[in-house]
This record gives sequence, structure tokens and C-alpha cells, in this order.
Amino acid sequence: MSEKLSVKTMEQFAAQGEKPEILFWVGSAGSYDDRAKKISRAFVKILNKANVDFAVLGAEESCTGDVAKRAGNEFLFQMQAMMNIEILNAYEIKRIVTCDPHSFNTIKNEYPDLGGNYEVVHHTQYIKELIDSGRLSIEGEAYKGKRITFHDPCYLGRANSIFDAPRNVLQKTNAIMVEMERNKKTALCCGAGGAQMFKEPEKGDMDINVLRTKDALETNPNIIATGCPYCNTMMTDGIKAHQKEDTVDVLDVAELIANSI
Amino acid sequence: MEYIANILFAIALTVGIGFFARNIRKLSRNIKLGKTVDTTDNKPQRWKNMARIALGQTKMVVRPIAGLMHIIVYVGFVIINIEVLEIIIDGLLGTHRVFASLGTLYDFLIGSFEILAFLVVVAVVIFWVRRNIIKLKRFIKPEMEGWPKKDGNLILYIELILMFLFLTMNAADLQLQTLGAEHYTKAGSFPISQFIAPLFEGMSVSSLIIIERIAWWLHIIGILCFLNYLYYSKHLHILLAFPNTYYGKLKPQGQLDNLEAVTKEVKLMMDPSADPFAAPAEDTVDPEKFGASDVMDLSRVQLLNAYTCTECGRCTSECPANQTGKKLSPRKIMMDTRDRLEEVGKHMDKNKGKFVDDGKQLLGDYISNEELWACTTCNACVEACPVSIDPLSIIIEMRRYLVMEQSAAPMELNNMMSNIENNGAPWPYNQQDRLNWVNE
Repeated sequence: MSEKLSVKTMEQFAAQGEKPEILFWVGSAGSYDDRAKKISRAFVKILNKANVDFAVLGAEESCTGDVAKRAGNEFLFQMQAMMNIEILNAYEIKRIVTCDPHSFNTIKNEYPDLGGNYEVVHHTQYIKELIDSGRLSIEGEAYKGKRITFHDPCYLGRANSIFDAPRNVLQKTNAIMVEMERNKKTALCCGAGGAQMFKEPEKGDMDINVLRTKDALETNPNIIATGCPYCNTMMTDGIKAHQKEDTVDVLDVAELIANSI
Repeated sequence: MEYIANILFAIALTVGIGFFARNIRKLSRNIKLGKTVDTTDNKPQRWKNMARIALGQTKMVVRPIAGLMHIIVYVGFVIINIEVLEIIIDGLLGTHRVFASLGTLYDFLIGSFEILAFLVVVAVVIFWVRRNIIKLKRFIKPEMEGWPKKDGNLILYIELILMFLFLTMNAADLQLQTLGAEHYTKAGSFPISQFIAPLFEGMSVSSLIIIERIAWWLHIIGILCFLNYLYYSKHLHILLAFPNTYYGKLKPQGQLDNLEAVTKEVKLMMDPSADPFAAPAEDTVDPEKFGASDVMDLSRVQLLNAYTCTECGRCTSECPANQTGKKLSPRKIMMDTRDRLEEVGKHMDKNKGKFVDDGKQLLGDYISNEELWACTTCNACVEACPVSIDPLSIIIEMRRYLVMEQSAAPMELNNMMSNIENNGAPWPYNQQDRLNWVNE
């Protein structure tokens, strides 16, 4: 076990009659997936460092339903959404931050219709906010001079037009930022969206993640940065397919920042 | 007898426009088979989108070469149609170059029409080369085999012929003006057709008049035929791009609609005071069908999308599934939707305007499950479309039908969904362990 993290649940806040600044929506991947759990930990390290008074729902959190909705199961999605909204509203949550662009998109865009109105920010936006307001300073130079290319998650970039926040944050590490030929609005998907993460791909001549990592490798990077736990898995597998796992790292923006503070 | 040409012209015009109107009514009837959607919100933004995307062609120039060529043909098409107005007035009234009295402005107009016509010829030739010699990947995908390929070329040939007729007409006119023929008063400037005119040197006035008249008549009849060809081709986009961009999605691309029928049922399920054994209310209607298995289950905007698609294939060339050899092609989704809608329309024509089940549907007979499940919902196709078509929304509607009406999801997805139902995560972990990551 690495360093001790300070994490309080909403239940604890409520018991003390207090309210957090922000709710950290961990998401299913961030809670259970071994690789994504490291991203959750890195982000909490940042929150702790910046003295952010945040809460998590813990066992009261449940899947947003995004993946069910995109698989076509609107029933399951709305059940999940309404259960989550009931809890979020009971705690009078106003502001939510998440490391998962899928949760981000669903809570931000699809929950309001069902009675859940919150300000939702992606963790890269929130980190930028912490840096801009002077609450977080990046002093480490772990990545100085390293070549970093950022892979835009579909549900952050194209779906919600957030392109600059992750790039601005990464720039603070003094790394050399290199862009893939297909980036921002024309970025290629990693292959995990729309419930693909949970099934084998249909018959084809290549896997999408292998194609996308090829895009990334063409920039000759030391690090492929992502802002989505699913992209992270797909790109990590893609790097292995290209046998580059020894020379190229796949890291979340939160991890890169956590290592630089 | 002296009015015979005017009468013939009036008849041609009436038949041409009348037939076109009939097809437009059919098109509108077919689109209305779809479900209504509320598109009355945010009108200023909708008009802005139409001006920017359809009129301003902003999304075409994302690919600069095709974009520039397309703007030439588009501007040429729109501007040269001012000439058609003159042709119609001349044809009906028996005048010749009725706008000639505009003087220098007329010279300027005819001169620019000619230059545009020449540029259109160049662009059309380049388009043809891209389709037939270079064979750009997106033009030779499986769904383009047969009629779609022919259709694409036919449009280019018609445009080429129309421009050729226009320039021939002007060249003969110029030669007649030079010879001082009766009725052919000096009017217009001919920067392009002056190079064709020398071919007519030495010809008599009467043969020149015949050439000029033939070119004039073929030009206008060609335009009327082209107008009527639209409904049978992929070329409807020249008209439908405008309403389609108006009705296009305004919400963030990532936002899918929430099915209202489901909301009602879920709310009832979660309401602790609801009586599960209560008799259904008097006014209960049959439960709505969830998702789409045929065109009638889609929305009117989605059906308009299908008629608007001009099969350019930008969606398919950006699609990650298609790029990696999967069967899915967003363009095919749109083409299939239109083909099926046309088939349904023809059935209705045969059955006095009523649709009788023909044993076929969009799902299965046109679009396979394999195509639908290959989509990553990444929105690349939506982003790529120059006229705001949303193939993803149709894919999602059809997945909804597969899952909620047929329980026909791939097995792994069924496992994932039962995990969510049982423990609130797509993986089989205990919900009580959600916070274990903190101390690992």
C-alpha cells in the first residue's frame, strides 16, 4: 500500500452536518478496475494536496447506467439514473467531479431530464481550476522534456467539446506536447465506447485500439496521456500489441499531475 | 402557329414542375410516417446552423480539395439558375434575352455565368476522376456497388452536359450577334464561349439559329429532367440539406434522448405507493414499442436524414469500426433507411395509400445485428457529416429494439447488464466494496 489517502463519504459529511465543496463521482471503473483504481488514488492525492473538502458516495454510489443506455437498455439506464438521482438529491449535491468522461456525459447531459441537475466537471477541468486559483502548484519536473501525446476521449472531446483543459494541465508539467494527426474533433475512438468495453469486437481485420495506438506511436511519444479509464485500458493493450510497453507509458492526466506535485 | 413554341414551352414547364411537385408530396408523405419530434426549440440557433452549415458549407471545407470543388459546383448551380429565370421568361413570352436591357450588368452576369460554368466543368471532371480513376476508398465501399455508383456518375454526366449546352447556346448566340442576325441583338459578354464560337465560323444564320435553339431547348429540358431525377437519386441533398441542417441536433453530441415511455414505467416501478395489482386505468393504451425495427419507428428527422444523405461517405471513412474492417458503415445505415422507406412508400401506393405489412422490415432485411453491435457510439460519423445527419441515433434506436423487445444483446452484454442490475456495476463485484480502492 502506498501513501495514506484522506477520503470521506457523504454519509460522514451528513452525520457531521457538513457539506463538501464537491462530490467525487468515482464510477464503476474507478472503484473496481485495478488500473483505474490507481487513477482514482492519483486524483485523490491531488485533492488532498490542494486541501479540497470533497466527498465520495462510497457504497451508496451505483453505476450511472451509461453503458446500459448505449447498449440499448433504456430501462436499466433509467432505473440506475433515478436511483442515483434520489441519493444525490437527498444529499443536496450541487457540484460533481469525475475521472470518467462517460459518467461525466451521462450525469451532465442525460440526468437533468430525469430530475438530476448538477454542475458536472471532468477531473482535468477541475485540476485546471485548482491550478488557476493557486490552490495547486506543480513543482515537480518528473516529465520535463518528455514527449506526451494526449488521446481525446470521445465523450469528453467530440461529445462535449472539452479539448483544452487536459492539454493546458499537461503543459504545466513542462513536457513536450505532441499532437496526433487525428486529434480533438477528429480524434479516433479507442474502441471501448458504446458498450464495446464489455464484449468481443465484431469480425474485422484489426482491433480499433491497435489502430489508435498506431496513431499515438507515430508521434514518437514517451507517454500517451488519457483522461478516461476505458481509453487507458484500450491504449495500454494497444501498446502491448505493438510491443512498446517497455518504452511507452499510458498514464491518466491525474497520474501525471499527481507525480508532479 | 406563331405561339406554338410558347405553348410547347409552357407545357414542358408545367409537366416538369408538376411531376416534381408530385414527387415532393410523396417524399413528404413518407417522411410523415415517422414519429413527430419537438423541434420548436431555439429557432435562432437552428437558422444559424442552416446558414452556416448548408448555405455557408462550413463542414464541406474540412476536407479542403473536395470542399473547394463542391463550393464551385454549388455556387455555379445557384448563380447559373438566375439564367434559368431568363430562359423561362423568354420561353413563355417568346422574347430573346429579356434581361439584355440591364446593359453592363447583363454583360457582367452572363460573363460570370460562363466562368462559373467553366469552373463547374473542371470540378465535375475532377470529381469523376476521384470516383473512377483514383477510386478514393470511400467511393468504392460495398454499399456503393451497382446503382449508387451509377447514380453518382450519372449526376456528373448530367451536370457536364448541361454546362456544355449552356456554353454552346452562348457560342452560337455570339456568332449570330457578330453576323448581325435579326432578334440577336448584341448583349452579354462571353469570356468562355468565345473560344467555342470559332467552330461555327462559315455557318449560315439559319443553321446557327437551329444550333442555338436546339441547345436552348435541350438546356431547359435537361434542367427540368434533372429536377425530376432528384427524387430517384442521392442528389436530393441540394434541396434537403437546408431543412436537414435546420432540424439537426442542437444538444451536445454525447447526449442521447431519454425514452419517455420508459420514464413513466420506471417511475411507477420506483413509486412505493403504487399498487402493483391495481387494474389499469380506463384510458390505458397499449404499451409503446421500444426502439425501432422499421422505418415507421424512427423519427421524422431521422427519415429526413435518410433522404438528405448524398452518400459522400465521410461518415464511413471516419468510422473506427469501418476502418478496422467491421461490417458497420454509417452511410449504409442511412442508405438502407431510405431504401426501406421508399419500399414502404411503394407498397402504400399499391394499397391506396395504406401500408399493409409486407413481411419485411429495416432490421434484419436491411441492417444486420452485426452492424449495429459494431458501433462504439463515438460520434465520428455525426461530426463528419457535412449536412448534420445523425446515423448514430438510428443505431441506438435499433439497439433499443434488440435489447428491450427481443432480449437479443450479445451474451457478454447480457452478463454486463445483469451485473448492473444485481450489484450496481458492470462487473461482478460487491457494491459494499466500492470504496476498497482507498486503502489498496
